[in-house]
Amino acid sequence: MQNLEKNDYLSADEIKEIQDEKLKDLFYHVYHYSPYYRPILDEQDITPENFNGISQLEKLPFTTKENLRECYPYQMAAVSMDEIVRIHASSGTTGKPVVMGYTENDLEEWSLAVARLCSMAGVTAGDIAQISFGYGLFTGGFGLHYGLEKLGAAVVPFSSGNTERQLQLMEDFQTTILVSTPSFALYMAEAARENGIDPANYYLRLGLFGGEPCSDTMREEIEKQWQIKATVNYGLTEVIGPGVSGECLEKQGLHLLEDCFLAEIVDPQTGETLPDGETGELVLTPLIKKGFPVLRYRTGDITRIMPETCNCGRTLRRMDYITGRTDDMLIVKGVNVFPSQIEEVLDEFKEVSPHYQLIVHRQKSFIKDLEIQVELTPEGFSDSFREMESLENRIRQRLRSSLSLSPKLKLMNPKTLERTTGKSRRIIEQEGDE
Amino acid sequence: MVKQISVFLENKCGRLVKVTQVLGKHNINIRALTIADTSDFGILRIIVDQPEKAHQVLKEEGFIASETEVIAIEVSDDPGGLAGILSYLEEADVNIEYLYSFVEKPAQDALILMRLEDNEKGVEALKKNNVKIIEGERIYSL
Repeated sequence: MQNLEKNDYLSADEIKEIQDEKLKDLFYHVYHYSPYYRPILDEQDITPENFNGISQLEKLPFTTKENLRECYPYQMAAVSMDEIVRIHASSGTTGKPVVMGYTENDLEEWSLAVARLCSMAGVTAGDIAQISFGYGLFTGGFGLHYGLEKLGAAVVPFSSGNTERQLQLMEDFQTTILVSTPSFALYMAEAARENGIDPANYYLRLGLFGGEPCSDTMREEIEKQWQIKATVNYGLTEVIGPGVSGECLEKQGLHLLEDCFLAEIVDPQTGETLPDGETGELVLTPLIKKGFPVLRYRTGDITRIMPETCNCGRTLRRMDYITGRTDDMLIVKGVNVFPSQIEEVLDEFKEVSPHYQLIVHRQKSFIKDLEIQVELTPEGFSDSFREMESLENRIRQRLRSSLSLSPKLKLMNPKTLERTTGKSRRIIEQEGDE
Repeated sequence: MVKQISVFLENKCGRLVKVTQVLGKHNINIRALTIADTSDFGILRIIVDQPEKAHQVLKEEGFIASETEVIAIEVSDDPGGLAGILSYLEEADVNIEYLYSFVEKPAQDALILMRLEDNEKGVEALKKNNVKIIEGERIYSL
């Protein structure tokens, strides 16, 4: 077994040297073998002769999800399909799916990356890990599976569903690690209680969560219910799958495997690189795969690089938790606003329901004003005018400090706002002056 | 004490109409009504002949409504009539949250409905000064 932590404590210069070398190597490969990138690079006159490595990263073209979709199914391949040993795809809820092929070496590197993150999260070779992610085209199941195996843990490849049986095996196999989405962990805890078993009585000691955002309250609840330490990890099929970043047991942001992935934060509008600490769109370049290589992938996820060193002592820089998606971003009077920020504030008030709607008043192409309509709850209503106004003011103040903007707020009757399911945006556009 | 129903009104056309339609449909009679509003929302306060039923049907129709106890008093319809009564409350150091009035038919004295910061204490002060407090039943059946 390799020492999984050997690259976690390198100095900034040492990391940069590795990145530089790997990027040059990747660039050489992409330039010569990628039918997708070659014409783009030639057009911009970026060649192996004039490309200097990491210092010129910003010269390389971005890759968007749309670009990857257009390459359906195999145009992103930069090796002969003979060398591809696995194919994954992202869910194709909108348009064609994104397809990623992996060479044998890609899989080896990927597994190693996941193994490192699992180790960081406290997993050891003695653990028994039950994977409750769906297997199949989705990278989550297989990614964690091979990573945990590489680490030496015993993997129980349960896949999703059949909660009763999951619980039974967790007890019989004395499972110590649960790999799932955070909401499934909560659901299982509830199911265990319904069977009359306190979830804390299982052998579980750690939970590795991903696949969906995990709020602080969700994590606390999971940790309390199961009596485990819960960490989250991050990754996406378009880049490789899980394995990009993950929490150590300090649980203060996600360590990026910087020797395997180049992470940049850019302004979602201009594409300009932002300094460490500033919030913007995460752009990732995986340095460890050659099958379907990707340069500077625009993840659409909003976060920031945390410049401070983590208390755990690892020098790998951390990324903050994802606070939104660029697709949802609104620019109001020059301020970037994410619906998720608004949701967070509204969540703090039991006097209003989670149902809200954003009314965007546009003048030409600019957003002039933002109005937040939120449903009042019966508990929030008071016959006293003063109390009602104070409620409005308290919500407004929290919105102002969280958004750096003073949106209009309008309290609505319950059940008057349209119910939306899933990720659909609750934004209504209004053109021109009011 | 008199049971008053307070209803949250969002600032949208037709909300008040809807409230009155709901009450009408259920044969509930409005005795008195007042609206307090800002540009964003309003609070409708009504006295009806069947307060519990009104509360129930409004909730069923999706309105946010609550029951509040208010004090009803009779004030002689003369200059200074109200001032005299309010001074009793001031002396007792009881703040008024809001008040509104209506006239019995055929018009005799004016009826004042008010919500005080401390209803109990207010009633005590008024009674001490021989102000006539009107019971809910009489208002509902006017």
